[in-house]
Amino acid sequence: MATTSSVPKYPTGGAGGVKPPASYGNRSFFARNPSALIFIACLAVFTLVVTLASEAYGGGFLSTSFVKTLGKTLCLSLVALAMDLIWGYAGILSLGHMAFFALGGYMIGMWLMYARTEEIVVTALSQGGLPATPEEVTQGIANQIFGVVGSSDLPAIWSFAYSLPLQLSLALAVPGLLALVFGWLAFRSRVTGVYLSILTQAMTLALALYLFQNDSGLRGNNGLSGLQNLPGLGQTSQDLVSIWFFWASALALGLGYLTLAWVVSGKFGSVIRAIRDDEARVRFLGYPVEVYKLFLFTLTALIAALAGVLYYPQAGIINPAELAPIASIYLAVWVAIGGRGRLYGAVIGAAFVSLLSSLFTSGRLPDIRLGPLPLNWVDWWLVILGLAFVAVTLFAPKGIGGLFDRFLRIATPDRKGAPLGPDDGSLQEQEAQQ
Amino acid sequence: MTALLEVSGVSVTFDGFRAINNLSFSIGEAELRAIIGPNGAGKTTFMDIVTGKTRPDAGSVTFGTRSLSLLGLNEAQIAREGVGRKFQRPTVFEDQTVEANLILALKAPRGPWRVLFWTPKPADMARVKALAAEVGLADHLHRKSGELSHGQKQWLEIAMLLAQEPRLLLVDEPAAGMTPAEREQTTALLVNLARTRAVVVVEHDMDFVRRLNCRVTVLHEGAVLAEGSLDHVTRDPQVIAVYLGRG
Repeated sequence: MATTSSVPKYPTGGAGGVKPPASYGNRSFFARNPSALIFIACLAVFTLVVTLASEAYGGGFLSTSFVKTLGKTLCLSLVALAMDLIWGYAGILSLGHMAFFALGGYMIGMWLMYARTEEIVVTALSQGGLPATPEEVTQGIANQIFGVVGSSDLPAIWSFAYSLPLQLSLALAVPGLLALVFGWLAFRSRVTGVYLSILTQAMTLALALYLFQNDSGLRGNNGLSGLQNLPGLGQTSQDLVSIWFFWASALALGLGYLTLAWVVSGKFGSVIRAIRDDEARVRFLGYPVEVYKLFLFTLTALIAALAGVLYYPQAGIINPAELAPIASIYLAVWVAIGGRGRLYGAVIGAAFVSLLSSLFTSGRLPDIRLGPLPLNWVDWWLVILGLAFVAVTLFAPKGIGGLFDRFLRIATPDRKGAPLGPDDGSLQEQEAQQ
Repeated sequence: MTALLEVSGVSVTFDGFRAINNLSFSIGEAELRAIIGPNGAGKTTFMDIVTGKTRPDAGSVTFGTRSLSLLGLNEAQIAREGVGRKFQRPTVFEDQTVEANLILALKAPRGPWRVLFWTPKPADMARVKALAAEVGLADHLHRKSGELSHGQKQWLEIAMLLAQEPRLLLVDEPAAGMTPAEREQTTALLVNLARTRAVVVVEHDMDFVRRLNCRVTVLHEGAVLAEGSLDHVTRDPQVIAVYLGRG
């Protein structure tokens, strides 16, 4: 991807001293996207520091549970990247992407739970002296997993749970197909704007309500648990497992960032930003707008699912509440606070807000006495987050990422109102009429 | 002369209001045509039908030598067949550079996969530069188009239309908001364009239409009232009664 020639064949001579935005030309990918290189470098340093401070490979300054929190944060940053692609770049405010994230988690959770239970059942049955028959093992697994919802049969959707490759491909196929079918129905009818947001909310809510039922085959509101115990690695300490997952999450985030930076840097990025700004005009240029939207919706659903696959083994438990609409709304809040339409903004927003959230809701911060009304951080965190969201929307629409523009002195025209509509050309208009 | 666009017997009703009433219209491969008519005559609806934005209740619209029906196609497919449309207000992508705007419009495959792996070839960049030079924006390629003046945006949009290489160009009130000098330039451009393709100009301004010096179609209440040279239609008593008489 990176070639040695960094001399622009088509010099970028911006007018008026304004730094020209990334443009076309035969320059290398990193020369056109310096922020991608900086991001990868920061991520690598961060990974190294955490590794050296972990219980498993270093001084043990960071507890294993905190390493898990950091690993989960990287996964959330990856979903935020997907959200930024579809919302920040293409202008499609999906409020259902955490459904794809959770579905990915459920799919990998099924294998983790099945394989782990299988180990336990086989060990237990072999206590009797005779090796257990496959039927006995299957029955034992079903009893173990589904006893909690009063059933002893393995539902049909668990047919592939014995195999990691099969279940991994389901972890992408199920959310991907759902996004494809849902997106096709929605975009084909040209549902846009707030109506699409409502539709995606309805989708994630419907899924959550379905999964809450005991006979959905995924243990109802109990969800899947014990996911932190990897099958075959029962003797391996969580210190090691946590750092492995941290590495995997960092790798996924890095690759995801590079892929999306490449996607948005070229003509494709230009098309989707054009769709965000004026989709009717893009149609008259001959671009199949609906196909682009469906492509993006499915691509981002797949990225979300991948993030979920890495997230839930670190979280250890998944239940239908993870698909509640509020989860997807949080996702939008992270991206808005971090800064829409720039990939690093999404990562900063997700990392910053979700880490602050786990700090404030941990219950370890002391209450502040303000006269008769004690300020309890756990209770007030949501209020603070809500106010921050409103404040960012009103006063800093570019989010935290907008601060980088200040440092780089990228001038933004000071305009009011949403559409940058045509000016009246008032003088010319008068002249023409005279 | 074979017709490039053939509209016949088209009718559209919006909530009981007949916007287009049994309209028939045709234009040849390389022809300039002006459409005039009072407000509400159906000029914009006519363009909407040809570009696929509005589906007619009755009638047929065929395009090209193969007489392809445009009625089953969506806006993007019609645009890919070679119908370009210029709106009255300049609609360029203000958040993107002049160069990016032109590259978006450049004739090239439009599907997501092909676009994802598209990289500019030297010929493409040369074409972008040539187009920008043609409309006087050569020095502004790397500026955001939102920074351009109203007139420059109009020219950028015209350059984008040229980049699409359409066979039929529909232009809505090109003279609105232009200085007399710019009108002169626009007239020359449209006349020149019509040597190689069909150009339909919808215009209110009779002076501008006179300068175009082409066949004129007068619309009234969604149907063709008269057709011919400007002098011919302006002598038509019906036209005088419904349109010119008011001015």
